[in-house]
Amino acid sequence: MIRRLLVANRGEIARRIFATCRAVGIETVAVHSTADVDAPFVGEADYAVQLPGYAPSATYLRGDLIIAAAKKTGADAIHPGYGFLAENADFAGAVTEAGLTWVGPPPKVISVMASKIDAKALLAEADVPVLPSWTDPTLVDEFPVLVKAAVGGGGRGMRIVRDAESLGEAVSSARREAFGAFGDNTVFCERYVEQARHIEVQIVADQHGNTITFGERECSIQRRHQKILEETPSPAVSPQLRENLCAAAVAVAEAVGYVGIGTVEFLLSPAGEFYFLEMNTRLQVEHPVTECVTGLDLVRLQLFLAEGGRLPYSTPPPMRGHAIEVRLCAEDPTTNWLPATGQVHRFDVPEVVGRFKPLLSPGIRLDSGIEPGSVVGVHYDSMLAKIVAWAPTRYEAARMLAGVLARTKVHGLVTNRDLLVRVLRHPAFLTGQIDAGLLDRQPEVFAPLLSSVEAVRLSCLAAALAAAAGRFEGATVQPGIPSGWRNVPSIPQTIVYDGPAGPVEVGYRLAADGALAQWWVRVVDPEELDLAGLGHVGVVDEHPPVAVVSASAHKVVLDVAGIRLTVDVHRVGNVSYLDSVEGSVTLRELPRFPLPSMELEEGSLTAPLPGAVGRVLVSPGQRVGAGELLLTLEAMKLEHPVHAPADGVVSVIKVRPGALVDTGALLAVLHPGG
Amino acid sequence: MSLSANRQAMLEKLASLEAEHAKALAGGGPKYVERHRARGKMLARERIELLVDEDSPLLELSPLAGYGTDFPVGAGVVTGVGVIEGVECVIVANDPTVRGGASNPITLRKTFRAGEIALANRLPMVNLVESGGADLPSQKEIFIPGGRVFRDLTRLSAAGIPTIAIVFGNSTAGGAYVPGMCDHVVMIKERSKVFLAGPPLVKMATGEESDEESLGGADMHARISGLADYYAVDELDALRLGRQIVSRLNWRKLGPAPGAYAEPLHDPQELLDIVPPDLRTPFDPREVIVRIVDGSRFDEFKPLYGASLVCGWATLWGYPIGILANARGVLFSEESQKAAQFIQLANRSDTPLVFLHNTTGYMVGKEYEQRGIIKHGAAMINAVSNSTVPHLSVLIGASYGAGHYGMCGRAYEPRFLFAWPSAKSAVMGGAQLAGVLALVAQQSGREFSEEMRLMVEHQIEAESLPVVLSGLLYDDGVIDPRDTRTVLGVCLSAAHSAPVVGAANFGVFRM
Repeated sequence: MIRRLLVANRGEIARRIFATCRAVGIETVAVHSTADVDAPFVGEADYAVQLPGYAPSATYLRGDLIIAAAKKTGADAIHPGYGFLAENADFAGAVTEAGLTWVGPPPKVISVMASKIDAKALLAEADVPVLPSWTDPTLVDEFPVLVKAAVGGGGRGMRIVRDAESLGEAVSSARREAFGAFGDNTVFCERYVEQARHIEVQIVADQHGNTITFGERECSIQRRHQKILEETPSPAVSPQLRENLCAAAVAVAEAVGYVGIGTVEFLLSPAGEFYFLEMNTRLQVEHPVTECVTGLDLVRLQLFLAEGGRLPYSTPPPMRGHAIEVRLCAEDPTTNWLPATGQVHRFDVPEVVGRFKPLLSPGIRLDSGIEPGSVVGVHYDSMLAKIVAWAPTRYEAARMLAGVLARTKVHGLVTNRDLLVRVLRHPAFLTGQIDAGLLDRQPEVFAPLLSSVEAVRLSCLAAALAAAAGRFEGATVQPGIPSGWRNVPSIPQTIVYDGPAGPVEVGYRLAADGALAQWWVRVVDPEELDLAGLGHVGVVDEHPPVAVVSASAHKVVLDVAGIRLTVDVHRVGNVSYLDSVEGSVTLRELPRFPLPSMELEEGSLTAPLPGAVGRVLVSPGQRVGAGELLLTLEAMKLEHPVHAPADGVVSVIKVRPGALVDTGALLAVLHPGG
Repeated sequence: MSLSANRQAMLEKLASLEAEHAKALAGGGPKYVERHRARGKMLARERIELLVDEDSPLLELSPLAGYGTDFPVGAGVVTGVGVIEGVECVIVANDPTVRGGASNPITLRKTFRAGEIALANRLPMVNLVESGGADLPSQKEIFIPGGRVFRDLTRLSAAGIPTIAIVFGNSTAGGAYVPGMCDHVVMIKERSKVFLAGPPLVKMATGEESDEESLGGADMHARISGLADYYAVDELDALRLGRQIVSRLNWRKLGPAPGAYAEPLHDPQELLDIVPPDLRTPFDPREVIVRIVDGSRFDEFKPLYGASLVCGWATLWGYPIGILANARGVLFSEESQKAAQFIQLANRSDTPLVFLHNTTGYMVGKEYEQRGIIKHGAAMINAVSNSTVPHLSVLIGASYGAGHYGMCGRAYEPRFLFAWPSAKSAVMGGAQLAGVLALVAQQSGREFSEEMRLMVEHQIEAESLPVVLSGLLYDDGVIDPRDTRTVLGVCLSAAHSAPVVGAANFGVFRM
């Protein structure tokens, strides 16, 4: 019987496991890196042990330190969560050898499945359909292929290769990424099926020979081969297909003697054929959708199975309704999914009925790794939270989830929220016509929710009015005197924001009674800003008639051509976050008096995102060609290349491998010219 | 006369007032404005708008200075009370689009008035300097009195009131003493020119060859002469530095802070309906008071005595005030004595006073002379003159004769004095004055035709108009009646930068 459980993980999954532990009476131990010292999961554990350092290799991947922490705190079991050491057979073995209960399948099962190459070979023999694959890249004789890490999951290291020329670089960079993420640089190539759907089956097996399935999940909506939206049941799976998939999954589990909770992943071709991809010998990120429709706590079941419990059922549980999960990530879909870092100033998901456990009634479940105030750094995964909707039908779940997401306030970080809403509302999604290439084919899902020019303008106006109201409310002299009052009105108030479409100037003049006497929002040329655009009311587009119903620092209610629109405003420093039912926009107020700045030398290359410098491939004095890879940045486990913008000579390299850099930091200077 | 007719008349006057303000806003006109902009320079009001805190109120002073004179409306300088880094300051900005920002006699009077306001109310003074010096054709009216500009600056400094000069362009010859006399000086790279004599004059005087940069450029003053304390790279940078200087003044207001306030219960919009176009028609000033004071609450003093003058207590934007307002024009002995007592009470309780003028003067006639109207009027003038709490005057209707004095007219140095467009001020009404002249002429046997009587009446009426008085700096501006509460609020707040202390002594009251 487990009395005290250590979770060798972080973020939302640590909180998720702790929640079940509290429910069943198990004490909890967190291990955490230096970066995570203030993370919510640390505070929620009964005991916490710091693993000094930041990088996963120094912290969450240090099995020895984690087992020592378990010993020190008197934990008698270790749950690995997902990622990190979850599918590391050596670690599982070490845990068992240390006399601790390992919440997962036996180490030997892990090691078979951990190598996707071995697993495929084994299962091909068991008559489970598999895709052709090559462990030696030089033997690949058909394209396209997918380069994959042999161990680990989460799509890390995966690359589609469509011709032989690019295979070499793809394989070597996949190796590096795989090594960074999983400590193993083995990769292999596998036939790439276009427009494939990703279907997986949840397996539950006890030590007494009972293996049952908990239905399937569809995870076809992916970016960079990583899932961002999962649902159950799959709209592509008929009862017959479900039966076949589940039978194949049970065959896989039984072929390796699987025990515990696991997932068998299949690829479903447009023709309806399915192939075994891999087996995840752990709890999946997307387990909550299965928990919604079964009503069963998979973590509780996992602990029960680890304790040697016998499954009380021999057939799949009944499934009720439809559940959809989205992964809210700190990343910008419109700039190649660049990870974002920063402090979460506000995180408010409306209509949440439960957290970290199966719901009792249809609604919204939130499993979040962050809380307002959390800092998201460069070291770990960009996923902030999982938001799950459970409803009687698929379209209801999609509508509910889209609505809640659209009303979610997440301030301080760029997220993929708008993309998720657009996907959930997309006709292709709503009709179930989804596959792994959906995002590539439907570029419209990348548009921000608040995309109409008029809506953005009104948001800018609201930001300016809220700022004015805030100054009015906080006035230290002449309190109460109307905002911006003039006995001889001449120039309206102006404020310049950097917004989604570049800098815009908002001009406004309030009458003595607070009514909006004049306003405009116009795009301004940043070069022109040295005179602040004052008084230069150039060509201003037509604006709808707008009246101010009320304005405070936190809420502005506008009457736009007879329709009331409420905009919530949250200001942190010089950044205003505006949320309305139409979507959100973040506006950074540009300083009225920019400090005289030092200009960057011509040819300066700056960091496009915060991260750690990975490889530096050139040295000062070296002649490089346009497009040549100069150095790489690593952020959120992904490698971002920095290429030479033109032919030239490298004059300065400002960084060394391992250095942490912020966005805009000078990396190198390239003197152009051949 | 119906209310709507009153409103109609007031709106017409406001429209013509706006047209006059527009002249001041236009500065030197489109040609000079464009030339100024083409040099990459900001207009005077743009500089001010950037200097003051965002969304803060700004009370421009004497915008109509010069009206009715040979000089342009606005007088080539913009002055006002604005908030910089939370500090109320007097701002004086030359308008270089008007004759290169050169000073004419009205410019001087407007600048002097701004200096008076800074000194009386203890407001830091910020000068945005860009002036070609004296307007030479009118030099005889400028040269002698003009020295006061520099005297005023150093006296402000001596009084502990900070003075700041931001030099945007030329500030030469006598003008060089503006930065010279200020506590803090900002100059702008390749823009500021501060020297006693330019290259031609130097050549004439000593034969020395020189150039403007070495004689008085910002670089020279920042690095060699030490006249510039701060070196700005451009106009925005200079304004940023100006704000930075104010933020470091560690400024504290010495008057008590305001209490809580409530908006008037009666709509200030209705202030347009109160004053009849013909000022001979009386109106009740309480209708004005309840539309400007907090919660429309007015505690009247001696309401049953001397009823032609309404006195009482109220708060305005949380500041306690005493109000004196003429109710039926004429001041009798009772009204004068009531006023003298009320003013003394306000001084005992350190309460600022607001005067709402609608008076035709002190009562005349045998009975009133014999009952001592002069003694009683003198007591009121004594009290007003020696009172030391802040006085704010608003001419809402007539302000004639010695009544103007007793109600704290310009000569009695109210901290601020504004007029409604409906106001008129003169020694007496035009018709009366013409009538008096006709009678005097008759008595000495001279002819005084009906034409002459009309001409005199029209001349006096025209001279009594608030824009004319404003043009001569006899008030601080003509305001929209609906802005009265706000204007008084800004003025009270500014006045509380200085200590608010009542007088311990008055002149001997003749009993």
